[in-house]
Amino acid sequence: MITFPILSLMTFLPLLGALLIFCLRGDEKSVAGNARIIALLTSLVTFGVSIFMYAGFDPHAAGFQFVEKYRWLTGFDIHYKMGVDGISVFFILLSTLLTPICVLASWKSIQSRVREYMMAFMLLETTMLGMFAALDLVLFYVFFEAVLIPMYCIIGVWGGKNRVYAAFKFFLYTLLGSVLLLIAILAIYHQTGTTDIPTLMASSIPSGMQKWLFLAFLASFAVKVPMWPVHTWLPDAHVEAPTAGSVILAGVLLKMGGYGFLRLSLPILPEASHYFMPLIFGLSVIAVIYTSLVALVQEDMKKLIAYSSIAHMGFVTIGIFAMTTQAVQGAMFVMLSHGIVSAALFLCVGVVYDRLHTREIARYGGLVNNMPVYAAIFMIFMLASVGLPATSGFVGEFLVLVGTFKVSTLTTFLAATGVVLGAAYMLYLYKRVVFGEIVHDDVRKMTDVSAREIAVFAPLVVLVFWMGIYPSSFTAPMAPAIEKVITRYDSANHIVPHAPKGVAAPEVH
Amino acid sequence: MTAFNPQDLIVAMPETRLAVLSLLLLLMAVSAKKENYRLVSRLAVAILAFVGVLVALSHSGSAFGGMFISDKFSIYMKLVAVTGSAVSLVMATKYLERENAARIEYPVLILFATLGMMLMISADSLITLYMGLELQSLPLYVLAAIRRDSVRSTEAGLKYFVLGALSSGLFLYGASLLYGYTGSVDFPQIAALLQGHAASMPGMVTGMVLVLAALAFKISAVPFHMWAPDVYEGAPTPVTAFFAIAPKVAAIALLTRLLEGPFWDMTQQWQQVIVVISIASMLLGGVAAVAQKNIKRLLAYSSIGHMGYALVGLAAASVAGVQAVIIYMTIYAVMSAGTFCVVLMMKKDGKMVEEIADLSGLGKSQPPLAFCMAVLMFSMAGIPPMAGFFGKLFVFQAAVAAGLYTLAVIGVLTSVVAAYYYIRIIKVMYFEEPKAAGIDAAQDNGLNFVLAAATVAVMLFIVVPAPVLESAHAAAQSLLQ
Repeated sequence: MITFPILSLMTFLPLLGALLIFCLRGDEKSVAGNARIIALLTSLVTFGVSIFMYAGFDPHAAGFQFVEKYRWLTGFDIHYKMGVDGISVFFILLSTLLTPICVLASWKSIQSRVREYMMAFMLLETTMLGMFAALDLVLFYVFFEAVLIPMYCIIGVWGGKNRVYAAFKFFLYTLLGSVLLLIAILAIYHQTGTTDIPTLMASSIPSGMQKWLFLAFLASFAVKVPMWPVHTWLPDAHVEAPTAGSVILAGVLLKMGGYGFLRLSLPILPEASHYFMPLIFGLSVIAVIYTSLVALVQEDMKKLIAYSSIAHMGFVTIGIFAMTTQAVQGAMFVMLSHGIVSAALFLCVGVVYDRLHTREIARYGGLVNNMPVYAAIFMIFMLASVGLPATSGFVGEFLVLVGTFKVSTLTTFLAATGVVLGAAYMLYLYKRVVFGEIVHDDVRKMTDVSAREIAVFAPLVVLVFWMGIYPSSFTAPMAPAIEKVITRYDSANHIVPHAPKGVAAPEVH
Repeated sequence: MTAFNPQDLIVAMPETRLAVLSLLLLLMAVSAKKENYRLVSRLAVAILAFVGVLVALSHSGSAFGGMFISDKFSIYMKLVAVTGSAVSLVMATKYLERENAARIEYPVLILFATLGMMLMISADSLITLYMGLELQSLPLYVLAAIRRDSVRSTEAGLKYFVLGALSSGLFLYGASLLYGYTGSVDFPQIAALLQGHAASMPGMVTGMVLVLAALAFKISAVPFHMWAPDVYEGAPTPVTAFFAIAPKVAAIALLTRLLEGPFWDMTQQWQQVIVVISIASMLLGGVAAVAQKNIKRLLAYSSIGHMGYALVGLAAASVAGVQAVIIYMTIYAVMSAGTFCVVLMMKKDGKMVEEIADLSGLGKSQPPLAFCMAVLMFSMAGIPPMAGFFGKLFVFQAAVAAGLYTLAVIGVLTSVVAAYYYIRIIKVMYFEEPKAAGIDAAQDNGLNFVLAAATVAVMLFIVVPAPVLESAHAAAQSLLQ
């Protein structure tokens, strides 16, 4: 298997960038400037490599592509193995897209310790890409947990007033979940003798053991997603993190949970996943409704968007565990769409925050008068978040609801209320920030978005419409991989797939 | 007892050479002036390096009528212990000079303690074991109290001595019971006699538990840990660094050899003991360190916790478990050496400081130092991709494979508690603004070198794990044939 290791190249390019930045010498100002440029170039090249990789990606294959395998932990059947399929490839593209945007967004707003900041972002990109490309459980875990290191520093060093509390909460909360995942991984290794994900996707584990393993996986991924009731770290982390930190947190890190469910929980533990489906549905529905209501009463813009993220992630977990083609595609789509839309919304908050240094909704109002371009951009993403047709948000939520309807009508009904509530809190936010008369003098002085900021938003606007108008270019390549997961799930649980009239057949025991 | 066989001296060559060279150095040191401290210290490092090479080249075999054994396990552990001693001597040399605590006995005592450790690791009979244990402990008592004019140092030395003597007493009583019931002091014979009869001899079990208690004292595992925080805090920092590295490695090696050798047939009995000690150590190491303000006390609790994790691997009673213990101790030794380098550099306005708060703003005032410390702290907390994670990975892997799920789950949960205080140090260094007087820049090449080497090793373990994994596996297999 001698192919060009494009995935490793892509994963470790940012690390190389970080090393370059580390080696910079000179006075603080020139170091900062060079660090920014190196970080931007590195992340753009990484993005280019990922596009190149996607160009060579076969959208009709269900298996893993660009597979690399090297000896790693000798004596154990644990290897350095990378590969992508239709599920992970999009998360990789999302990560490589958002990183340069984050670097650009921090160009002016980060002025202290620029070198360390850019290094942290480069390291973060390496760990994210590694996690999405890893095909070995231990390797996956290494990247999964290594994400904590740069993110802890980003929140703690460049965060807001209460940053220390938020950083600790983020770190310890996610670590607590992750360590149980580690034990589960070791138990799987002990049971099957391998940590190779593709092999495990085809091997069977006793169903009694699956339940315990599933709970351990759940502990880890539920915190990452985050699912109610272990979501409380997210609002704190979002509020305190610098803008780019929130962008990457909402855009990519939250997807790690959903990705974990789809990549590990469902294919490796299909029976337990089926068994615990009602639990996931229950928690997700509570998340959708409860956090939407909480979002309605927020005074802080970032907190509001943070709660809306939890609600959207509720759709994701419902869709993933419904395990029908539409639902899973929808869940994937919600994740990708949310990755772009919530990232953009946090950038929108960042734009006004850089000017007024407050996130309090009441301090704004009437922005449409002096910042018309900003108002238009904000509106696009606000409506995408609500799920207006022709934007990316609509496709995902619609598919999830359609797909889940076959499995659980009640869940679909309750989740659909979240769509209404979502419209309520987003429109209410938009009204308070953008519409109305300008009441504060300092708001009147705010200038419209600069060319750099437009450059940040432009690709995201394009993507939002592209995904909304022609979703097939995203759903088609992921379909074979999703179908593979569903087939395995159905056969493990004796579900007859594609029953007539779209109704799931009753279980056969 | 068989007659003297010249072949024995070849098997035990590193030890005999070290003994002779240490005595020569002692002779020289007695007549040397105080100014020659640095020379003596350098000679001691050279001797240790030479002995390290001898260890690496030495062969397997048994000597002195079966009282001494050299196998891959002993070679590996001796290498770690000797390197640890040499490194801590390098770390200490200039520091002691700066602090006016340079005493010419210091390097010599370290050499004798190292000789004791090597004997402990190679002991194949209760007599050798006790001799090694005492030869190692007596210099340690003196080292703890080496600053005679400091109340804290002498207090530490006295405390360590009294409790150490108690543990020696426990050990001797346990050993006498073992001898009484089996009629032999040789490990292989004890093992052979116990085969199939272990459970039927309560006296044996009592003896074994007493021996375990004594060794738990040496590795400062709960409930025999009380001395550690006080001694760590009171002893001069280079001595603390030495205590934290080499003697722990030797004591764990000895414990491993005992449990996997003569006590193999009592696995059922000792496993419970080790599991309890391990859980207690991990819990206490995690919880008690949270409230510490003094970094040396914090590291004392941290090392208690680390011993708990090492014991997790031991509790598994398997090749994988022993391999995990070996890997864990190797990584632990490297991390500890690096961390103590930072502690040895904590100097403000010409005075040494030990409060964690003194590190505040280090990320801004001294970025390289803070970076190394941050890497080491993440490693101690067991966060990948640092080496510390792999140490934990392998011990928990062994525990899960042995079916010890409860132990593994408690272990990982306490590691989260412990992570709190490690990342708190990072918080102090990076999230807080520097105080008026920051830490002075260190002017010590030895310390800088050890710190840089430890940091690089901790970061690069993930890239090249094979050498450690393979040699640890070979060592573990040689022990459990």
